[in-house]
Amino acid sequence: MKTLLIGEYREGKLLDSTYELLGFAAQLGAETAMLLVGSENQLPLYGGTLYLADAAACGEYNPDLHKKLIIEVVQQENPDYIVFLHSSYGWDLAPRVAVALKAAQISEVIAIQDSGFEVGCCNGKMRRSVKPATNKTVLTVQAGAFPALQPGGLPTVHKITSAGIGSLEFIGYEPAEKKDVDLAKAEVIVSAGRGVGKKDNIPVIQALAKALGGELGASRPVVDAGWVGHSHQVGTTGQNVSPKLYVACGISGAIQHLAGMKKSDFILAINKDKDAPIGEVADVLVVADVMQFVPALTAKVAR
Amino acid sequence: MKLLVCIKQVPDLESRFKANAEGVWYNEADLAFRMNEYDEYAVEQSVQLREKLGEGTELTVLSIGPDRVVEAIKKALAMGCDTAVHVQDAAASGKDPWQIASIIAAYAKDKSFDIIFTGMQSQDRGSAQVGVTVAELLGFACTTTIVGFEYDNGTITAKRELEGGIKGIVRMKSPALVTCQLGLNIPRYPTLPNIMKAKKKEIIAIPVADLLREESLAATTSFHPPAKKGGGIVLEGDMADLVDKVIAILKDKTAVLR
Repeated sequence: MKTLLIGEYREGKLLDSTYELLGFAAQLGAETAMLLVGSENQLPLYGGTLYLADAAACGEYNPDLHKKLIIEVVQQENPDYIVFLHSSYGWDLAPRVAVALKAAQISEVIAIQDSGFEVGCCNGKMRRSVKPATNKTVLTVQAGAFPALQPGGLPTVHKITSAGIGSLEFIGYEPAEKKDVDLAKAEVIVSAGRGVGKKDNIPVIQALAKALGGELGASRPVVDAGWVGHSHQVGTTGQNVSPKLYVACGISGAIQHLAGMKKSDFILAINKDKDAPIGEVADVLVVADVMQFVPALTAKVAR
Repeated sequence: MKLLVCIKQVPDLESRFKANAEGVWYNEADLAFRMNEYDEYAVEQSVQLREKLGEGTELTVLSIGPDRVVEAIKKALAMGCDTAVHVQDAAASGKDPWQIASIIAAYAKDKSFDIIFTGMQSQDRGSAQVGVTVAELLGFACTTTIVGFEYDNGTITAKRELEGGIKGIVRMKSPALVTCQLGLNIPRYPTLPNIMKAKKKEIIAIPVADLLREESLAATTSFHPPAKKGGGIVLEGDMADLVDKVIAILKDKTAVLR
């Protein structure tokens, strides 16, 4: 069994998440080759075969060209699986490769099973087992689902390139908004989720944060709705945190949120839904109405 | 200009899910359905573009599924879509993303759409494949996970959301397809006059057999809850009692409360 792993590179750097692909391949017990559109100055610590295209020539985000590069390498290597991370790079590129190969694509793999792969569904509440019906299969693996593996050594590099311009013109990056709060340093974070109900209820969550000597965090929907500023957002597109105590108030626990807070030392979740995925990572799940429980807890803590 | 927005109807995600008789997807009994949240942003963006372009532009909304999806179609019409297509398929939930995308592409291929909008993924299946696959099948330029969209004279400038709050700015020419991320805009609530107006708009029904040419490429073999990891305590019951228990646990297990 053979895998072609598609590494990630952005703003002139190899992304560490690339090593999660090696972790996945090791669990699968498969041979590996890697393809990276990156730079000779940023080689992965991996002693296998690396097909390397120059990002300066092929672009960091140019899916048409990257697809062509991948297809050419697939024809040489003949892998059973072409493996991406389920990331803004991977979920954008994987379907293009799958269509070109007319291969099955299985998205957001979280576990390897005897005859297929397990993926999340229903906002992370449920799971599906999926079995491909094609010879080659395109996979995207969930960030954080497979522990990073850094085998060490230096790769045997095969340089590849592709001509043409592609249908997208990449203009540039816009940096993340400036943070007015550094959640990474907080010892206690009390986060508000959609279950809080409305913007007017945010001070209730803030009061618990204050009583515990912590900072206010938030899940994505709360930030999108404008209830709390983006600098408070915890998760893949916000900040990754690992405080001593994380209190999730009315947060169901989307994968992207869990990825950003599951390394916290102790997790207390308050949710009216007993089956909410936040329960998977919580040390304690209190099944209650957030707006009843939180003020009562704050009053007791403050005393 | 011709615009298309593709939407899916999904269950309320706060529901409890049980497997269906085949054990490969959820049982629909007792579930309340609504428009996929990502698609609300797609509809809003397409309606905003429709309003900006004015006369001579037609915005079509398309959904695949059983009769219940007409409710989601009606909402999109009330938000401002001009016309609708219901691809009738009582067995849509059993199709893989490749088949769903093939159905949409089969419908769209001779309609000369300029821009197609989709959500970046569905909340229930969550494959994030259908939009990109449709674009590839039609030969459209495509970018995903957009949180910013501008259109000017055949050129789209889109802002993609990347990890860590960074954004990537991309430009492309129509025909093009974009997949919309949460936070792209503020989806409107349909007003009562617009709901009434929407009742007069046409919904064209097409049996799925007219558009489906492809076999599935992957099969779901099981639908099940996550394996319990253990360790976590679930507390329920009287409020004052819950507070006392939680205080005791925090004192015992964390250095935060003394």
